Amino acid sequence: MTKEMQTANVIRQECIADGIYSMWIATSIANTAVPGQFISVYINDASKLLPRPISICETGEDRLRIVYRIAGEGTRQLASYHSGDPVTILGPLGNGFPLSDEDAILIGGGIGIPPMLSLAKALTGKKEIVLGYRSELFLQDELASCGNVSVATEDGSSGTSGTVMDVLQTGTVSGKVIYACGPLPMLRAVKQYALDHNIPAWISMEERMACGIGACLGCVCASTEQDPHSLVFNKRVCKDGPVFNAKEVDLT
Amino acid sequence: MNTNVTIAGVTFQNPVMTASGTFASGLEYSEFVDLNRLGAVVTKGVASVPWPGNPTPRVAETYGGMLNAIGLQNPGVDVFLERDLPYLKQFDTRVIVNVCGHSLEEYLDVVNKLADADVDMLEINVSCPNVREGGIAFGQDPKALFTVTEAVKKAAAQPVIMKLSPNVTDIKEMARAAEEAGADAISLINTFTAMKIDIDKRRFVLANKTGGLSGPAIKPIAVRMVYEAAHAVKIPVIGMGGIATAEDAIEFIMAGATAVAVGAMNFHDPAVTIKVAEGIEAFMQSRNIPDLDSIRGCV
Repeated sequence: MTKEMQTANVIRQECIADGIYSMWIATSIANTAVPGQFISVYINDASKLLPRPISICETGEDRLRIVYRIAGEGTRQLASYHSGDPVTILGPLGNGFPLSDEDAILIGGGIGIPPMLSLAKALTGKKEIVLGYRSELFLQDELASCGNVSVATEDGSSGTSGTVMDVLQTGTVSGKVIYACGPLPMLRAVKQYALDHNIPAWISMEERMACGIGACLGCVCASTEQDPHSLVFNKRVCKDGPVFNAKEVDLT
Repeated sequence: MNTNVTIAGVTFQNPVMTASGTFASGLEYSEFVDLNRLGAVVTKGVASVPWPGNPTPRVAETYGGMLNAIGLQNPGVDVFLERDLPYLKQFDTRVIVNVCGHSLEEYLDVVNKLADADVDMLEINVSCPNVREGGIAFGQDPKALFTVTEAVKKAAAQPVIMKLSPNVTDIKEMARAAEEAGADAISLINTFTAMKIDIDKRRFVLANKTGGLSGPAIKPIAVRMVYEAAHAVKIPVIGMGGIATAEDAIEFIMAGATAVAVGAMNFHDPAVTIKVAEGIEAFMQSRNIPDLDSIRGCV
């Protein structure tokens, strides 16, 4: 037995864009977490049974930061927590990104952007960072201190009008390895881009979870090969992922 | 003070088991729980061949509970015997293998393959609401339940628990059918068939449309059904449905359950089983209860 739920404390929380919150939590989980892992966050409300899986945005000594979007009643309650409030968490969970010292392209879409910050800080090579938003930007300044940032917005209010793929199609971004987190259509397009350019791509997936520890089989994704654990064409996003080699997963 | 319980000649160090499907085959929980301290690990359903399960989303939260429609994804009995069972056997806990199938032949295939295996009991899943064939169909008709139970009992080398569905009009009738067909014990309840709708998308939340409702929301119904079943049969009853605390578990025992299983709450707190087991001991100690026989069915 090495892990348990822990009641940590909120250090501070702020709204950084419409419906997007940044929370620093005092916890020793920070000291073992690697980029791409997530924590389970419990809501202080007994009617809400299941933890919310939230990616780790960055870590410091005995503290970690999550940046999340209000997606329902649970995250709405989470957004009301103030400095000093208790917050029950479990982690770190999931596998994390394999780190490379080669020139890297980091691609984040919407609420898939936060894990790119800890990754960008951990990667030692040259970094091209492509960020896609609907409209309002967040974390772009912090990411800009780690590499060359290009922005796309769906409404054209900043950067390239369109998605991260519109930035990639301009041909101005290059690298030897891709890391991506974002909505499924984005990951699908990134996978195709990586195949077309023969670049390895590591993508972080999302699915509705229950346990977060690989037991319930709620959050599976389709795999291209028979998975050695399940013996079927399924992998557990929470345990085998959330980061997968794009070739391992069937995104169709 | 003695927390032992005995079912069909098998003695358990305490009455706390894991509900099938909520604990995989124990490996994932060993980071959080000392498996040696559980009464038994009841495995996820094991079929004759690997089952891929249902499309996602497979889970959804509901008020005080959750829906699941995993569809009994499992790697099949061969891998279970090679990989999962040897892992579990390292621990000082009883192993109950949950058996699932689409047909009587498939149930019997698994039961036969387990005949030489070092497992303590079998639990036959005739109550999964999330698979199209088999599963719940055998658990909603007393005649079909009788047939499956009788056939499994003939083939099984280990004592047999029939896991019953709450999606029936009269649980007593189902409990009696299992007993008359020779079941050594019954366990209940499995989940309630349920539905959740996303009113913004105007769609079902689960890809399977329906799923099984579990969690604290169902506990009072589960206690009532365990009470009814325990008073309808003489064979032992394993009670479950929304157990979150030792106090919940004691309710089930007072309703007549010999042992209890903790299910959905494992997804809330991976260490909940041990907290329930410790809480039962503390309850007994504080009230000078020498053994669980002295409170079982006391209401």
